Amino acid sequence: MGTLELKQSLTGHKGRVWSVCWHPTDALLASCGEDKTIVIWRLEGLEWVTKMILTEGHSRTIRELAWSPCGNYIASASFDATTAVWDKKSGQFECNTTLEGHDNEVKSVSWSVSGQLLATCGRDKSVWVWEVNDDEYECDGTIMEHTQDVKKVRWHPHEDILASASYDNTVKIHKEEAAKNDWSSIATLSSHTSTVWSLSWDKTGNRIATCSDDQTVKIWREYKPGNETGVATPNNVPVWKCICTVSGYHTRTIYDIDWCKVTGLLVTACGDDIIRIFKEDSDCDPHQPSFTMVCSMDNAHTQDVNCVQWSPTVPGQFASASDDSLVKIWLYKE
Amino acid sequence: MNDNLENINPKLYKKLDDRKITSEEEDEDVADEFDAREIFDIIKNINDPEHPLTLEELNVVDQSLIEVDDKANRVNVKFTPTIPHCSMATLIGLSIRVQLLRALPARFKVNVEISPGTHVSEAAVNKQLADKERVAAALENSMLLGVINQCLGPRN
Repeated sequence: MGTLELKQSLTGHKGRVWSVCWHPTDALLASCGEDKTIVIWRLEGLEWVTKMILTEGHSRTIRELAWSPCGNYIASASFDATTAVWDKKSGQFECNTTLEGHDNEVKSVSWSVSGQLLATCGRDKSVWVWEVNDDEYECDGTIMEHTQDVKKVRWHPHEDILASASYDNTVKIHKEEAAKNDWSSIATLSSHTSTVWSLSWDKTGNRIATCSDDQTVKIWREYKPGNETGVATPNNVPVWKCICTVSGYHTRTIYDIDWCKVTGLLVTACGDDIIRIFKEDSDCDPHQPSFTMVCSMDNAHTQDVNCVQWSPTVPGQFASASDDSLVKIWLYKE
Repeated sequence: MNDNLENINPKLYKKLDDRKITSEEEDEDVADEFDAREIFDIIKNINDPEHPLTLEELNVVDQSLIEVDDKANRVNVKFTPTIPHCSMATLIGLSIRVQLLRALPARFKVNVEISPGTHVSEAAVNKQLADKERVAAALENSMLLGVINQCLGPRN
């Protein structure tokens, strides 16, 4: 078992904090929640302090935010049906673009690795892909393949491939069809028995971890046409298979999962207030991997944990957000 | 009142007698855990959305269908729609949820579900009531919040 140390509790939000996101390179963290604000925290010496509070971008709860890969933009998804893009061209972060189109609550937002594409999804069951050109955002496609509320969108770590998780219990993989110049789903990952709340790609992009209201975590692996394992790929399309189910650990809904691109560790945020860390067993079969829980922090928060995200720059460091209005910074050591 | 009532002639049930307050409960020095009766008292006077009656009078809520584990911070409430195709089931469940959210300390995890086998879309309603994100979004809808507050407020 490793040790998990609480580095700091960050107070400032009023009410539920839904999401946290690390700056890609600098010691900055952004958080958002039902108080309709975005708080940017900065590490000064050993202390995280409030650097900026962004208000007036949204009229309802801000559900999620995402730093662009270049670190110059923040996109925020809100229950007010819009996605705002904030930039600091004026020196301060300002909301200069508002993306409209969803019928109601926007639940998630994600930048592609190049920063040229932005994806959003929401309760209207749709996934939107926006193309970014010199601060102009144009809808590149809407994907209406989920049958329910879409909870999460996440881009592949290297390619323009998008995954989405839904209240319809599935995850779908989407890609632009070059010939038709249109976005469509190329795979459906079915195995969860309730809402899939979140997903995270591994560093290679060959695997995805998902978490659900069914209290399990699942690991999925992509098998491309002609794979050595002999997994059939009808129509020459890659097939995603569930190769591992982690069950028996979580006692309530798992709201978020993050797969560390540096350490390979998985961290989960659960409705039982516990943060858990899982490690892949080193000697396991890559087609039937097994994961061991290496850390479990009871009462990590005093209410549901909504979001967890590993720091991209400090190995073992991650942030969590909770209904208890706190953001916490943690350090995991093996 | 609405002319197109779904359940025109609901069956009425006898209300429970008032709870006897024990001397121990009045003693501020004795830790007093939440029990099923207390939870019942918090939700029994919620108004039915279509009848001028309380959820207790319609037997939608019942003390025997409430489970409380104070130490584990768990409250489970099962409610019974008056008819199996009641379109108000989600609204009633949401009202119970909101009432408990407001009345109980934040440490409690509240589950509100339909009594098994008493509603045609039981699974769908339960899933919606358990989805805190959708509940949160619903409560930001001022029209819906108005309707819920009407259910939760004192009867006119």
